Amino acid sequence: MVVAAPRPAPRPGDAGMTALPKSTPAATSWRALEDRLDLVSPRLNPLRHLGAIAFLLFWILVGTGIYLYVMIDTSVGGAYASIDRLSRGPWGFGGLLRSVHRYAADLFALITLAHLVREWVLGRFRGFAASSWLTGVALLPLLAVSAIGGFWLNWDQLGQYSATASAEWLDWWPLFGAPLTRNFLVATAISDRLFSLFVFVHIGVPLLMLFGFWFHLRRLAHVAVWPPRALATSLLLALVAMAAIVPVHSQAPADVAQVPAVLSIDWILLFVHPLVAATSATAVWLAVLAVLAVLLSLPLLRARARPAVAEVHARHCSGCRRCVADCPFDAITMVSHPQRPGYALAQVDADACASCGICVGSCPSSTPFRSMATLVTGIDMPQQPIDGLRTALRTRLATMDAAQRYVVFGCDHGTPVNAVEAHDVATFSLTCIGQLPPSFIEYALRDGASGVLIGTCPESGCAFRLGQRWTVERLAGARAPILRSSVDAARWDVVECRRTDASILPAALASLRRRVVEAGSCA
Amino acid sequence: MKVHPFRWIAQALLYAAFAATIALFSHWPPYRSLGDGQALLKISFLHHGQRLSACVEQTPEELAKLPPNMRAPTRCPRERAPVTIEVDLDGQALYRATAAPSGLSRDGAASVYRSIPVAAGAHRLQVRLRDSARTAGFDYARDEVVQFEPLQVRVIDFSSEHGEITLQ
Repeated sequence: MVVAAPRPAPRPGDAGMTALPKSTPAATSWRALEDRLDLVSPRLNPLRHLGAIAFLLFWILVGTGIYLYVMIDTSVGGAYASIDRLSRGPWGFGGLLRSVHRYAADLFALITLAHLVREWVLGRFRGFAASSWLTGVALLPLLAVSAIGGFWLNWDQLGQYSATASAEWLDWWPLFGAPLTRNFLVATAISDRLFSLFVFVHIGVPLLMLFGFWFHLRRLAHVAVWPPRALATSLLLALVAMAAIVPVHSQAPADVAQVPAVLSIDWILLFVHPLVAATSATAVWLAVLAVLAVLLSLPLLRARARPAVAEVHARHCSGCRRCVADCPFDAITMVSHPQRPGYALAQVDADACASCGICVGSCPSSTPFRSMATLVTGIDMPQQPIDGLRTALRTRLATMDAAQRYVVFGCDHGTPVNAVEAHDVATFSLTCIGQLPPSFIEYALRDGASGVLIGTCPESGCAFRLGQRWTVERLAGARAPILRSSVDAARWDVVECRRTDASILPAALASLRRRVVEAGSCA
Repeated sequence: MKVHPFRWIAQALLYAAFAATIALFSHWPPYRSLGDGQALLKISFLHHGQRLSACVEQTPEELAKLPPNMRAPTRCPRERAPVTIEVDLDGQALYRATAAPSGLSRDGAASVYRSIPVAAGAHRLQVRLRDSARTAGFDYARDEVVQFEPLQVRVIDFSSEHGEITLQ
């Protein structure tokens, strides 16, 4: 018989507390797509590392850009010739770097866009994520400006077209005393000083972006700013291959007395110019402003009641700082304990708390072996207290009428564990698997369970960033609190589940059953 | 866990397809900003209109009322006249605009920018510009037959220094 997975009952008086919302269909679809693209490993799946890839691309752009800046003659007369010389240099090294620079910029724009879509679809624009969302949206115009400005520095026909079209578009705003376009009217109007402005746009704005990254990541802890090595290597190889197979060449030198007949345009970065020509500057500015307004107002427009945040119980907090170390959102700090001089006490920043419960899993006081009628831990989730989990676990094990009894822990954002609920299988779905203190495995086994299975999200696929990683490390004994090594390894297992493969969890459970039976017969 | 070779191939193909898409749209399709057989006429000026009122000599009594550092012998109202431009191509009105002086006190330069594609070939171009407070007629005019080559950019401007409409 399959029954719904029981959730630990809330404490009396806690009824009505907002729980974390379940995944939307769009989020579920996105997660399923990510799972499908784990063709070799989550470490080689770009969709799982979009932010880190974008950051790596930024630094590839900085590295190749520094070389190009050293080589370029930033003057009207010298810019084109210097880039041309660079491209024809020995072994094609300069041309290769230039092409890598261009393709990295294309990729940076697309990956950033994908990163934005992903965070939107996964609902990471509200509540605790609003800060990262807003700072990320603010970086988009900077990205666009620095990307478009790069074309101007190589003063060829494409640079001339982009600079003129940009000036015409910007002149829509009644901000400038003289139309910017007058800077490109005739050859004598274009001066070396104008190139200083180009340099500022293409170097100064990225520096502002770097500053913006700091704000963007400020609310996150243990940030994976670099993608896994295998993925980073693949990306670099792909960029070099693109640069070698389809190198970027300058077009004819700029000549403001002529309109370029045919342009080989970079549609990824310069699509806005043809769009303005096909519509109007007003239409495109209104579209840009509307998109930015929607993105910036999403945290307010789609706001939901915030779920209850982690709550610190001062009498049970030992000041060990494990919750500080494990919180993926840097939402916990230590302050002086009000009642115990010389001791520290965890303090939760309610605005930054994601209500994931990972801190509960990290707290040594969350062990169910404590001899308290009501288990109170150092830091707990009011809507799903650890005592509720212990009580539900005890009750289920005591009422199961089967020779072999199994316990399966999972999370609300991963594969639904109630799919394996049966007369001899008790399932428990937590907000995040990182909320599970490892000692609960030993507790379940001592309390009558034959085996315990922990279903996690795929690597890098945790809805709360680090729940899967911390769980695996805790169970492997690499991160406190650990599962004691005396616990029989044959009687528990941990498995990465995927939404696209419903067979993983039942198969893992069947495998655990076999192991337990074999271990029992050997004994 | 051992990964099936097919999955490695699929992963490589996925990377290659993505890279190829980027390389493609980084160059293609080609773009034409101007049609075949067309040239571009840019009409632009940045020019201060004449003062709306003439400067007046201040009387000794008026000067005496002013602080010593502000006793200029003439007082010039700051506001400038708007600048009107009319461009006809082959006798047909091509562009009409009146640009207001910039600045809160309306004492800055008036500016205009417009680019208009025209068919290549010879055209009679008539340009008139008014920068005074007069209501009829124009202060400057230019009338000539101009040859436009395909893709050529011609610029109508006003030279404040020489006080004339220029064509480059």
